[in-house]
Amino acid sequence: MPIDAKTNLLLPPTTGQARAKAKFSWTSDHGILRILGIVGIVFVFALPLINSGNYTIQLGTQALIYILLALGLNVVVGYAGLLDLGYVAFFAVGAYTSGILTTRLGWPMWATIPAVILMCVIAGIVIGGPTLRLRSDYLAIVTLGFGEIIRIVAQNWEPVTGGPSGIFGIPSWSFGGFTLNKIQLYYFCAVVVLLLGCFGIPRLAKGKLGRAWKAVRDDEDAAEAMGINTYTTKITAYIIGAVWAGLAGQLQASFISVVTPSSFVFLQSALVLMAVVIGGMGSVPGVILGAIIITLGPELLRDVWENRYLAFGILLLVVMLARPKGLWPSTSVLPWSRDKRDHDAKVETPAKSHDYDPQEEVPS
Amino acid sequence: MTHIAHGTTTAQVLDGVDRNILLSVENLVMRFGGVTAVDGMNMTVERGEILSVIGPNGAGKTSVFNCISGFYRPTSGSIKFLAEEITKTRPSEITKMGMARTFQNLRLFKDMSILDNVKTGLHSRIKQHWYHAFLHTPSFKKTEHFIDETARGWLEFVGFSGDERVYVTQLPYGEQRRVEIARALCTSPQLLLLDEPAAGLNHAEKRALIELIRKIQALGVSIVLIEHDMGLVMDISERIIVLNYGKEIAVGTPEEIRSNPLVIEAYLGAEEGQAADATGADVELLADEAEIDEALEEIEAEPEKRGH
Ligand SMILES: Nc1ncnc2c1ncn2[C@@H]1O[C@H](COP(=O)(O)OP(=O)(O)OP(=O)(O)O)[C@@H](O)[C@H]1O
Ligand SMILES: [Mg+2]
Repeated sequence: MPIDAKTNLLLPPTTGQARAKAKFSWTSDHGILRILGIVGIVFVFALPLINSGNYTIQLGTQALIYILLALGLNVVVGYAGLLDLGYVAFFAVGAYTSGILTTRLGWPMWATIPAVILMCVIAGIVIGGPTLRLRSDYLAIVTLGFGEIIRIVAQNWEPVTGGPSGIFGIPSWSFGGFTLNKIQLYYFCAVVVLLLGCFGIPRLAKGKLGRAWKAVRDDEDAAEAMGINTYTTKITAYIIGAVWAGLAGQLQASFISVVTPSSFVFLQSALVLMAVVIGGMGSVPGVILGAIIITLGPELLRDVWENRYLAFGILLLVVMLARPKGLWPSTSVLPWSRDKRDHDAKVETPAKSHDYDPQEEVPS
Repeated sequence: MTHIAHGTTTAQVLDGVDRNILLSVENLVMRFGGVTAVDGMNMTVERGEILSVIGPNGAGKTSVFNCISGFYRPTSGSIKFLAEEITKTRPSEITKMGMARTFQNLRLFKDMSILDNVKTGLHSRIKQHWYHAFLHTPSFKKTEHFIDETARGWLEFVGFSGDERVYVTQLPYGEQRRVEIARALCTSPQLLLLDEPAAGLNHAEKRALIELIRKIQALGVSIVLIEHDMGLVMDISERIIVLNYGKEIAVGTPEEIRSNPLVIEAYLGAEEGQAADATGADVELLADEAEIDEALEEIEAEPEKRGH
C-alpha cells in the first residue's frame, strides 16, 4: 500500500495545485467588504471625537457588548447549528462572577478574567455535557430551562448574588492604579470586540475546528463518518460560545456597574438569537449588523412606540420571508451580490436509485 | 506538523490472525423492534479485494454497512476490523482506524464548498489546535496548506475538474457522487465501503466509476460495494456476497453467483417475477418456468421470516 512514509497517510498520487488567486480589486465583493470593514472600524474609533455625550458613548458601548455576545452565539447557532435559547445564562455567569469577586473580595477587574472563563467552562460542561448527546430540539428546550434557572438562582441566592437588587458598585477596569473612565472603557470594549469577535471568530471558523462545526451542523452522521467526533465538536462550540458570553457579561458588569437578575430574562436570549438570525447565521458581518439592529432599534423607537418589541416580531417575519438566510448571509459576500458562490442553485433530482435500463448494461 | 498514525501495524503484530483478513463479520444480528434487518450474517474482507454485496431491496445490505461502520450497534454478533472488535466503537473512531464509507443517499455537507467538504475528511489525520487557528500561527498555515493540497489531489484523483469553491449543491448528481468518494479517500482508508455508488448515474458515468474503483484498488485500498447494477457488479467484483432476509445465501466469484440457483430464487422472490434488478444473464437463466414457480411458492410459504 503506497502509504506516505513521512506522514504515514494514504495520499493522492498527485497533490492538487491551488488555483491562482484572483487579483484583489477594491470593487470586487471582497474589496467592498474590506472597505466597509475599514469604514466601520474608523467610525467606531472616531465616534467619541464626533460626539462624546454620555448617551452616545453608552449606546456605543452597549452595541459593542451585544456584538461580542451575538458573535459568540453565532459560533453555537451559526457554525455548530445548536439552537440555544438560554444563551444569556452565560452572560449572567460572567457578569456575576466578576461582579462578586470585585465587590466582595476586592479583586481588580482584570484579575477576574480567569475566574470568568473557568466558571463559563464549568457552566458549559454542566449544561452541554448531558444535552449535547441529544439531537438539537431537546437542546433548545433544556437551554431555555437552564437560562431561567440561572436567573432564578441569582434572584433567590441573596447572600451571594444580592437577590433581586443584585450587586452594585462594580468597579471599572483599572490597570496599576489607572482606572478607565467611560470613554476609555468604550475604546477598551472596541478593541476587545475587534480582536476576539471580528478577527478571532472568523479565524476559528476557517480551521479544522470550524470545518468540523459546519460539518456537524450540516449532517451529523456524515461528519462522524469523516472521523469527526460530533459530541466533542459540539461541546467545544458550546464552551467557546459560553466563554465569549461570559467575557461580554464581564464587560457589561464593569460598564453599568450593577448586575441584577432582571437583565438576564428570556427576552435577552431571544434578542441575541434574533440578532444572529436576522443578520445571517454563520456570517460575521451579518451578525454584527443584527447586533446593531437589536441595540439601536429599541432606542430609536423609544419615544415613538410603546410596544416597540413588537417591531422586532414584524422585522423577523419580513426578513424570514424576504431573505430567509438573513440580511447578510454567509453564502454570498454581499447581500446584493449574485456571484457564483451564491447558493440558490437547485440540485438536480437524482434518478430513482433502482432504475434499470437493460439497454444500458454492458454484458461482460 | 504532526500526523496521527495510520493504523497499518495492528494486523501484523497479532499471532495466529490471518493478516490478509481486513474485516470479519460473524453471526451479525440487527433487530429494530420486530424487524430483523440482519439475521446472522457472516462475511470476511481480504486485503486488496473488491467485494460486492448484492441482494433484493430490504435485504439488509445498508444495515450491514451501518453496523460495520459503527452507526448501528448490532443486537448480537462480532465485527473485527484489523483484528480488533469494533461493535461498540464510535463511527469516528472506526474511521480513524482506517475505514471509510459513502452513503446510499448522498450525504454531502450542503452549506460548505466542494473543497471544504473534501477537507473535512482529513479531520482525524491532522493535529491542529483551535488556538493555532485563532492566532494564525505558522504551524496553522502549514497544516492548512497540506490539507488544501491533499484535498485538491483527491479531487483530481476522482476526476473532478470544475471549480472547487462552489457549493456542492450546485453540482450535477454524478459529480456529487465523485466528491463524496474523494471525501472518503481523504480519511486515508484501508477499507472503503460504497453504498450503491452507481445509483442515479448514466452510462458514461458508470464506466468512469468502474475505472475509478479500479484506480482506488490499485492504491491498495480494499473495497466493499453494495450495488444493484449487475453489469457493474459482475464486471468489477472479485467476490460477491448475496444477501437475502439479512443472511448471506451465497458467496463466490461472479461466475459462481450467476449460476447459483439460490440467488436466482432470491431475486425472483423479491421482485415477484419482474426480475427488474437482475441482469440479462440472470434472466436467461430463469427461463425455466418450473423453477420460477418453485421459488415463488417457497417465498410465499414463509412470509413471517421478514418479520413485521
Ligand atoms: N433504522 C432503522 N429502523 C427501523 N428499521 C430499519 C432501520 N434500518 C433499516 N431498517 C429495516 O431493515 C430492513 C433492511 O433495510 P436495509 O436498508 O438494510 O436494506 P437494503 O438491503 O439496503 O435495501 P435497499 O436495496 O433498498 O437499499 C428493512 O426492512 C428496513 O425497513
Ligand atoms: Mg440500502
